[in-house]
Amino acid sequence: MDAIILQILNGLDKGSAYALIALGLTLIFGTLGVVNFAHGALFMIGAFCAVTLNRILTLSHQVLDESRKDFLGNPLKVDVPYVTEWFGDQAGAAIIDWAVPLAILFSIPVMILIGVIMERGLIKHFYRRPHADQILVTFGLAIVLQEIIKYFYGANPIPTPAPDVFRGSFDFGVLLGFDPNVIIYPYWRLVYFAFAALIIGGVFAFLQFTTFGMVVRAGMADRETVGLLGINIDRRFTIMFGLAAAVAGLAGVMYAPINSPNYHMGMDFLVLSFVVVVVGGMGSLPGAVLAGFVLGILESFASMNEIKSILPGIDQIIIYLVAIIILLTRPRGLMGRKGVMED
Amino acid sequence: MSKSTLTRRGVLRSGAVAGAGVALPTIFTSSPASAFTNEPTGDTVTLGFNVPQTGPYADEGADELRAFELAVEHLNGGGDGGMLQTFSSKVLDGTGILGKKVTYVTGDTQTKSDAARATAKSMIEKDGAVMISGGSSSGVAVAVQGLCQEAGVIFMAGLTHSNDTTGKDKKANGFRHFFNAYMSAAALAPVLSKLYGNDRRAYHLTADYTWGWTQQESIAAATEAPGWQTVENVLTPLAQTDFSSYIAPVLNSGADVLVLNHYGGNMVNSLTNAVQFGLREKQVNGKNFEIVVPLYSELMAKGAGKNIAGIVGSQNWDWKLENEKGAKYAGTNAFVKSFGEKFGFPPSQAAQTCYAQTLLYADAVTRAGSFNPCAVGEALQDFAFDGLGNGPTTYRASDHQCFKDVLVVRGAENPEDEYHLVEIIEVTPVEQVTYDAEHPMFAGGNLGSCNAGV
Repeated sequence: MDAIILQILNGLDKGSAYALIALGLTLIFGTLGVVNFAHGALFMIGAFCAVTLNRILTLSHQVLDESRKDFLGNPLKVDVPYVTEWFGDQAGAAIIDWAVPLAILFSIPVMILIGVIMERGLIKHFYRRPHADQILVTFGLAIVLQEIIKYFYGANPIPTPAPDVFRGSFDFGVLLGFDPNVIIYPYWRLVYFAFAALIIGGVFAFLQFTTFGMVVRAGMADRETVGLLGINIDRRFTIMFGLAAAVAGLAGVMYAPINSPNYHMGMDFLVLSFVVVVVGGMGSLPGAVLAGFVLGILESFASMNEIKSILPGIDQIIIYLVAIIILLTRPRGLMGRKGVMED
Repeated sequence: MSKSTLTRRGVLRSGAVAGAGVALPTIFTSSPASAFTNEPTGDTVTLGFNVPQTGPYADEGADELRAFELAVEHLNGGGDGGMLQTFSSKVLDGTGILGKKVTYVTGDTQTKSDAARATAKSMIEKDGAVMISGGSSSGVAVAVQGLCQEAGVIFMAGLTHSNDTTGKDKKANGFRHFFNAYMSAAALAPVLSKLYGNDRRAYHLTADYTWGWTQQESIAAATEAPGWQTVENVLTPLAQTDFSSYIAPVLNSGADVLVLNHYGGNMVNSLTNAVQFGLREKQVNGKNFEIVVPLYSELMAKGAGKNIAGIVGSQNWDWKLENEKGAKYAGTNAFVKSFGEKFGFPPSQAAQTCYAQTLLYADAVTRAGSFNPCAVGEALQDFAFDGLGNGPTTYRASDHQCFKDVLVVRGAENPEDEYHLVEIIEVTPVEQVTYDAEHPMFAGGNLGSCNAGV
């Protein structure tokens, strides 16, 4: 039982990332009808927003410490971050320590701007083109974005730790009456899950309860009619693209402490997220979220030794296997019939 | 009485035929066609440096390239000469190799065997490389070594730690300076016993390719000898980035040690995940839970950040070696000075092994007086040398493996700066890590005979 609870928990953070990326993908597909293969790159750029803010906050000048030697035997040059000089040692260290949560604020405008530029600068020219063209151009864009990040940040993973208070793990099992140390779960992964739930809830509330969201939903259902009512639906859809980019970016920012950001991380998630979207039902926001969590948890279960000893390699194919079964039995995916797109 | 029939034309004709007859053997032996693959004919010689510039081992690849660049500079007489000054062999004089200026081409292996073979093939066929070096993944090294054997060029392996490279996949044209999984295990096991006792239950996570398999086999055998039990061995894909689903079952396995047979980016991620799950703070079977990373590097320590503190592993070399362990490891400081002044930070073990391999190749060519791979191979076999940072070292003829001391290191708890991330806790003498060439972990291969190509 404890192993099952642990794998469910373990699947939640991966499922959260899948759900957030799939949510953004579905928003873009639902509003603009574009299959955006550059969406994983937006997730990656979000993670690099955290890296960038960390680097900004740790910007330093060097002070010569004559009493210590560097690796060549010369007097040691000690890095002194400007932040600690301006705010004092303790406050400065705390600001640096909280770089990832602070990067949430930093990344929102950056990601919206990137999303809007991407949509206005490139993607709008492909609205009336076949999906194959859209896939090619957005895939190409993803590679360009990847290479830009690689050029500036290198090919190696960059450690981007969570604040010290969230390091370590939480004895979840004790809450459920298990022995101590049986079900342990890292604090930051719980934070990630809670954050994902908040963002998902926020997006749904925004679409459901605001006038802007109502118009967007109407536009998703019938773009032409909304346009005939004198509403500039194109501008709203551009804003939605920016919001979808921000959702992917936020997913990336918060994922940075879980696995050190690297330029390829978007591609690692992209294909799986598309499978999630298809399983959930193209255009269905609840479907994308549900499928994200279900597949994340299933993937986690599939990596259990007991299951792998019966079905070797199942952890590598489980998501695709489930996708095949669901699409054979429900060609429109789990919630494709009553998705937001089709209300 | 004989009558002379000599005429002017007859003399000329006979002279031409006789001249051709005398010259015939020379025509065959001095044919302009190459006697071996990519025989250098101009005033330059090209070396091929094939390293991972992307993928989980990209960190190591970048440092290897820096070292190759430095080695070429020193061979051509540039810079301060680095380890040319300390190398026990004195035939290299900074005028290139056999008077030819050294040039080089580079390739990205992407940490994939097929990509690495393609780049190596291009270096040999298009760029005319007479020697290929580099690595960082044993799967890649084994594949490229096989290609070099077929093509008739020398492969001076860079970072490759699988037993198979000089075991079942050994080749006459391939030479490895780096240590291997068996040596790591032989050096580590006694230290692990001393630190953590003999009554331990170990859970292994293992990279699913040649290096991981032989690393796991070696460390399991070496730790089981004094009494450890191996609870489980789980194979993980090389492309894996999130290891949390592999770490979670460790908690309930009854194991009190986690052995991460991972390297590069894989190790950074798996160790980070293990620490996130609180394994370092856990107590199992009445003992503190421990994590072991059998193959270590400062680059990985940097990537893993604070998570590396207290973690024990092995290294081929360390930039602090000469300062901490004495003049036996001469060459270390000379190399650190050259590298540090050029690039601004100390070299990794991957850089040192690649630099040493380039010098060793150049030295062997010079001693042999030829770029012919068979002559070079002969010059390297059973070659004993010193002054390249590892102490007295020998290239064993029977498997082309270098034998030298092995370091056992531990992640620093409170590093004084970003360069002192690991502490050398023991230097295991070469005698303790030397094995018989017929050892079962290295059985099944055949060195074969050298191939000079064309």
